Amino acid sequence: MSFQSTVFWVFSAILLFAALRVITARNPVHAALFLVLAFATSAALWMLLEAEFLAITLVLVYVGAVMVLFLFVVMMLDINLDRLREGYWDYLVPALVVAGVMVAEMATILWGRYFQLEGFPTPDAKAAGYSNTRELGKLIYTDYVYAFEIAAVILLVAIVAAIALTLRSRKDTKYQDPARQIAVRRQDRVRIVSMSAETAPAAAAPEKGTGSD
Amino acid sequence: MEYFENLLGPAWPVVWTLAKIVAIVLPLMIGVAYLTLAERKVIGYMQVRLGPNRVSFFGLRWLRGWGQPIADGLKLLTKEIIIPTGANKFLFILAPILSIMPALAAWAVVPFDPNLVLANVDAGLLYVLAITSMGVYGVIIAGWASNSKYAFLGSLRSAAQIVSYEIAMGFALVGVLMMAHSLNLVEIVKQQQGSYGALSWNWVPLFPMFLVYLISGVAETNRAPFDVAEGESEIVAGFHVEYSGMAFAVFFLAEYANMILVSTLCATMFLGGWLSPIPGLPDGFPWLLAKVAFVLFLFLWFRATFPRYRYDQIMRLGWKVFIPVTLVWLLVIGGWMQTPYWLWGSGAH
Repeated sequence: MSFQSTVFWVFSAILLFAALRVITARNPVHAALFLVLAFATSAALWMLLEAEFLAITLVLVYVGAVMVLFLFVVMMLDINLDRLREGYWDYLVPALVVAGVMVAEMATILWGRYFQLEGFPTPDAKAAGYSNTRELGKLIYTDYVYAFEIAAVILLVAIVAAIALTLRSRKDTKYQDPARQIAVRRQDRVRIVSMSAETAPAAAAPEKGTGSD
Repeated sequence: MEYFENLLGPAWPVVWTLAKIVAIVLPLMIGVAYLTLAERKVIGYMQVRLGPNRVSFFGLRWLRGWGQPIADGLKLLTKEIIIPTGANKFLFILAPILSIMPALAAWAVVPFDPNLVLANVDAGLLYVLAITSMGVYGVIIAGWASNSKYAFLGSLRSAAQIVSYEIAMGFALVGVLMMAHSLNLVEIVKQQQGSYGALSWNWVPLFPMFLVYLISGVAETNRAPFDVAEGESEIVAGFHVEYSGMAFAVFFLAEYANMILVSTLCATMFLGGWLSPIPGLPDGFPWLLAKVAFVLFLFLWFRATFPRYRYDQIMRLGWKVFIPVTLVWLLVIGGWMQTPYWLWGSGAH
C-alpha cells in the first residue's frame, strides 16, 4: 500500500467516526465539535485529491466561520437532553428513507456501471508548479462568469432577505450616534463659572487632629 | 549532511523536516519569552516605571531583568493545574492545545528569505487565513469547558469579535492579492521589490488596508484595546479564568506567538518582508526582523495608550467602518490598476 493510500484510509476512518459521532453524541456541543473534526478531515481528503483551493476554503469558511457561529448558538442553549431524545423513533423512519435515497444516489454514481465511469481515464497527477487556485479563478471569471455572478446575486438576495425578515425596529431602542458623540465640544458639557471663594460656616469646620480623611 | 542522509535512509526527509520545524519553533519560543519581557519593560518606561529589574543570570548586574521570563516560565511549570469539578476534563485540556496549534502551524509558509521557507506553497496566503481562523476554537472551547460564567462570557465575546474582524482582514488581504497576482507569500514579497525602496512596498498603495489589517490583527489576537475576551476589570480574566499552571502558560504562549505571527505577516504583506527600505542596501533577513520588531512595538504602544473599547463599539468598528473602507479601496485599486497612472509594478495583466 502506498503512502498516499495509507493516508487516505486513515483519514477516511477518522471522517466516518467523526460523522457517526455527530449524530450519536449526546451533548450537542460535542456533536458540533465532531462536525468540525469531520470538516477538517474531509479538507485533508480533498488535499489528497490535489484540490487545495477547495480544501483550504472548506477549512476557512466552515471550520473558521460557520461552525464558530454554530457553536456560539449551541453553547447558549439550555439543553434538556431528555426532551431532545423525545420522538427519536418517530423521526427514525423518515430519516431512514432520506438516508436510503442518498445512499442509492451516491451508489449510482460511484459504482460506475450506470454512468460508465470505467471509460474515464484516471487524471494524471499535476506537476509541482501547477496552481489549482489560479486555474479555478480563470475558469470562474472567464468561462463561467455569468453563472458565477448569478450565484453571487442569489446569495446576496438571501442575505438581504434574511436581514429584512428578522429586522424589527423598536421605538424604545436607545442607541448612540458616534458622529454626534465625536462632534461634542467642551462647552456643551461643562460650564466654568467664575466666582469668588466662600468660607465654610464655622460649625461645619472639622476640629484639627480628630477629622478623618 | 550526506552522511546523515545515508545513515537514516528513507527516514531522512522526515527527520530533516522535523529539524527545520524545530529551527523555526525554538527561536519563536525564545522570542515569545522575551516579548513578554519587552512588553513589561516598554509599558513600564511609558508609565515612568522601571519594569522587571531583579532576576538576572549569574548575578551579573547588566543582565538584571533578563532572567525574568525564565523565572516566570519555571514558576508556571511547577504550579498545579486545577481542573474545576464541573468542567469537561477532555475539552478543558484540549483547549490550550487548540489555541497554540494554529499559532505554530501558520509559520510553515512564512518566508524569511527568498529561499528560506519551510513550505513554499502556492496557496500560502489562503493557508495562513484558514489556519489562523481555527485559533478561535481554543478560546471558545476553553470558555465552555470551564463551566464558569466569566469564562463563558469571555469566550462568547471573543467568538463574535474574531469572526467579525476576520472579514475585514480577509478583504484587506484581497488587496494584497490584487497587487501580487499570487497567493504565494514569496511572490508577494518579490512583487514589492521596486526602485523606490520603502515606497514601492504595498503599504503605500494599500494604505487604508494596511491600517485595517494592523488594527484587525490587534483585535484577532485579543490584545488591548480589543481585549474584551479577557477584560480583567469586567470578567476577571475571561476565557482562561479557571486555568492555572502550564495550561494557562500555553494560552499565554499562544497569544504572544500569535502577536509575532500577525506582525510577521503584516511585515511580509505590506512592509516588503526581507526587502531593504533604502535602494542600494542589500536585502536580507535582518530587515524582516527589524520590521517585525517595529510592528510588535506598535502592539505594546497601543496597549499602553488606549483604554479598552466598549463591546458595541468594537462591533461597530469592525462591521460599519473597516468592511466598507476595504470594499471601497478594493474598487479604487481595481480601477486605478486599469489606468496608465498606476505607479506600482506592471498593473493590469
